[in-house]
Amino acid sequence: MKRHLISAADLTRDDALLVLDTAEEMARVADRPIKKLPTLRGRTVVNLFFEDSTRTRISFEAAAKRLSADVINFSAKGSSVSKGESLKDTALTLEAMGADAVVVRHHASGAPQRLATSGWINASVVNAGDGTHEHPTQALLDAFTMRRHLSGVGRDLAGRRVTIVGDILHSRVARSNVLLLNTLGAEVTLVAPPTLLPIGVEQWPCQVGYDLDAVLAKSDAVMMLRVQRERMNAAFFPTEREYSRRYGLDGGRMAVLPEHAIVMHPGPMNRGMEITAEVADSPRCTAVEQVANGVSTRMAVLYLLLGGSEPALATARAEEPRPEEPRADDARPDDVPTEAARTEESK
Amino acid sequence: MSTILIRGAKVLGGEARDVLIEGETVAAVGTGLAAEGARVVEADGLILLPGLVDLHTHLREPGREDSETVLTGTRAAAAGGYTAVHAMANTFPVADTAGVVEQVWRLGREYGYCDVQPVGAVTVGLEGKKLAELGAMADSAAQVRVFSDDGKCVDDAVIMRRALEYVKAFGGVVAQHAQEPRLTEGAQMNEGTVSGELGLTGWPAVAEESIIARDVLLAAHVGSRVHICHLSTAGSVEIVRWAKSKGWDVTAEVTPHHLLLTDELVRSYNPVYKVNPPLRTEADVLALREALADGTIDCVATDHAPHPHEDKDCEWSAAAMGMVGLETALSVVQHTMVDTGLLDWAGVADRMSARPAAIGRLAGHGRPIAEGEPANLVLLDPAYRGVVNPAGFASRSRNTPYEGRELPGRVTATFLRGHATVMDGKLT
Amino acid sequence: MVDDRSTTAQAAPAPPARPVLEAPDIARVLTRIAHEIVERAKGADDVVLLGIPTRGVFLARRLADKLAEITGRTTQVGSLDITMYRDDLRLHPPRALARTEIPGDGVDGRLVVLVDDVLFSGRTIRAALDALGDIGRPRAVQLAVLVDRGHRELPIRADYVGKNLPTSLRETVRVLLTEEDGRDSVLLGHSRREPQDRTAAAADQ
Repeated sequence: MKRHLISAADLTRDDALLVLDTAEEMARVADRPIKKLPTLRGRTVVNLFFEDSTRTRISFEAAAKRLSADVINFSAKGSSVSKGESLKDTALTLEAMGADAVVVRHHASGAPQRLATSGWINASVVNAGDGTHEHPTQALLDAFTMRRHLSGVGRDLAGRRVTIVGDILHSRVARSNVLLLNTLGAEVTLVAPPTLLPIGVEQWPCQVGYDLDAVLAKSDAVMMLRVQRERMNAAFFPTEREYSRRYGLDGGRMAVLPEHAIVMHPGPMNRGMEITAEVADSPRCTAVEQVANGVSTRMAVLYLLLGGSEPALATARAEEPRPEEPRADDARPDDVPTEAARTEESK
Repeated sequence: MSTILIRGAKVLGGEARDVLIEGETVAAVGTGLAAEGARVVEADGLILLPGLVDLHTHLREPGREDSETVLTGTRAAAAGGYTAVHAMANTFPVADTAGVVEQVWRLGREYGYCDVQPVGAVTVGLEGKKLAELGAMADSAAQVRVFSDDGKCVDDAVIMRRALEYVKAFGGVVAQHAQEPRLTEGAQMNEGTVSGELGLTGWPAVAEESIIARDVLLAAHVGSRVHICHLSTAGSVEIVRWAKSKGWDVTAEVTPHHLLLTDELVRSYNPVYKVNPPLRTEADVLALREALADGTIDCVATDHAPHPHEDKDCEWSAAAMGMVGLETALSVVQHTMVDTGLLDWAGVADRMSARPAAIGRLAGHGRPIAEGEPANLVLLDPAYRGVVNPAGFASRSRNTPYEGRELPGRVTATFLRGHATVMDGKLT
Repeated sequence: MVDDRSTTAQAAPAPPARPVLEAPDIARVLTRIAHEIVERAKGADDVVLLGIPTRGVFLARRLADKLAEITGRTTQVGSLDITMYRDDLRLHPPRALARTEIPGDGVDGRLVVLVDDVLFSGRTIRAALDALGDIGRPRAVQLAVLVDRGHRELPIRADYVGKNLPTSLRETVRVLLTEEDGRDSVLLGHSRREPQDRTAAAADQ
């Protein structure tokens, strides 16, 4: 795994399985009386949200806090960002505050990659959703959820058939899921009206179809994507009614699914649009479980990005030493026990 | 009267010749020339071409002097081997009146690095609603012949038709920025496999091609000529080829960057690759090279679009579109067209000097290198290999997509009416 | 991104390692430890054995079997991963987590016996005590190890020791168990590295 998590394509199969296996262990912490680990003590995680997303933000916040990291929430709403401060200046501010990781949600595709590669900051960058590009931790938590239901802990998703339905064109969840599920061996089918499929989709590692009823009986999991209200006035489809008639999941369609199949939704759901209340509230719908799994998965990602030595961060800190932290760059091997011991004393 | 003797230059890449410049004029071309008191420029192994003419330059003055001025822009042009540039109209205020175009034209004259031929706006404020006073600009001291709303498309078919008809009265030409606005709302990059993966709003080729198709039909219908700015797709090439086969008066330009770069570069999300029209696919690049070689595309135009650092030092969607190009154009053309065997140096002279000067009805530029002709010349070293370093640019802006890339060729001297604006590779 | 936890032990090819305990010895000392646990815990009714991954878990299971033989009752056995509690996390790339498996009734009010293969600096046990504290409140905590090689860096001692093995810091102790390595053996070898590297070795044998 690289120093940043920008795209699901950054993850090899082994990386992805490591994240999922780690997430399984993290999930067990949630069942304990003390739901906290000391692992990221002294590390600072900044949630940098240029777009409203309370769900994703609190999920990352809970994940970081359970690992004992210090969490700073930086929301673009009402901050200097909305007054024209650039992404760069915001990044420099976070760097000055000593951020070890920046979890970024941005309306512009590619903004997290810019943050990670522009040289503005040294922190690890975690993409929490960028424009219509990617949302890799969502894909990880989806894979985690599917694995628990369909293949079992420690396994990949080889041969599992996953159908993703809805606005693929504007969906970062779909892009990340296609990449990750393919890495994990699943067979993905995208179903959408042709207007909501991107040009070039035929080159993606998945099947594409326009007919939901044709694939339901062969699906182990069906993921329903939210249809944004603003799409309705842009001629992507004639009416809300027609959309839900052709691409919505109702009780009748759910009955066609195999016995073991699950219904997924990244939330928030448009009940009555892409999913009926009957389906959303059925035991086969994993939407709530996905939220819980999100915390475990994000804990795993933060641990794997921040839980070990990090040369780049050590270099950055050399300018502003923080005495409570052992620094890999100047700690000679024979100093190491002392340094480490000091860390323990400060506990 | 100054006398300069260029000794042993390959004129248009041919046999080595001596070229004698007296005052503003080429006095003699031959072998073994000598002139008492002449400044001698040894040009062994160097290529001599007519001074380059750019049909498409953004000088930004007036209004955006933080990115470029007439002075810095014409210095950049001279450094790139240009002796005339057409300054686009999208300044602040817009060059849609005789007053603005005369100001820009006069500044170019005063600085003396490169002739500045203003392009007039087609419509008032580039708004596409109401024709600007095209005749007044044509009759001004600047003698505007090229009209363009570049940066915006004249998308109203009726306005376009009227403009095409109206400029016939003074031999003008409308240079169209072909971009169907509704098909490109919010567009960020070429629409294709890469845009789908990157989640960036696509800019379909058809948005360019549909406007070109309409405009060549309109031009044929009203018997006027039309020029297509920065043609960027294989489909556009086909339409222009078809229009020319009909005998219609259609001309087209291609930028150096569309001859070399593809949308794969956008995967970096580095806004230095953000440009309008967007970088297309490799198939497009190859089609454009072929079309430039066979004359379907008439000329190379830089679309030199300077932007201050802060407009590129940001996320992709917030970044400005455009690239500087004056100082790298000749190198890119050598790399993509000459070194690949698609075009010889005489062809380069045609596509980068004679043809653009003819399209712009620009007197005194793009002329043969012969006795009695104006001494607008560029001397270049085709054997040079260097890595592009924007820190050395004369342009005020640094937004080049070629930083760190090795490109061939270097301008060693530029002469504007006999005056050396560049000598020994340095601006004078 | 994850270092193999056994690389340190495997990184010392020459001179050849010398076996200090063989399979029968290991079986014998485990039997002895089991008897000691029964004796000290007065029947081992409330004992929970928690092995520290990787090899401590196998040792804990073997001890549980022996306790069952002795007492005729099943003994609670589980595992306790200490990775997230280590004090040297930032000195290495992130490590893969091992399984923490607490037997059904939990550890509250019970006698927890931590089981590990080698006791060295004591830092692993320190981390284990921290981890245990987040899981519950045992009546008491004891420590059983197969080998104690000395060189403690913390005030920690074992309650049950299979073999005390005086070593120098240049030496390595490597425990092989059938479940993981295909055979049972404890090898004493020589590190090619400088003794300063002991922390890496001490951290996980």
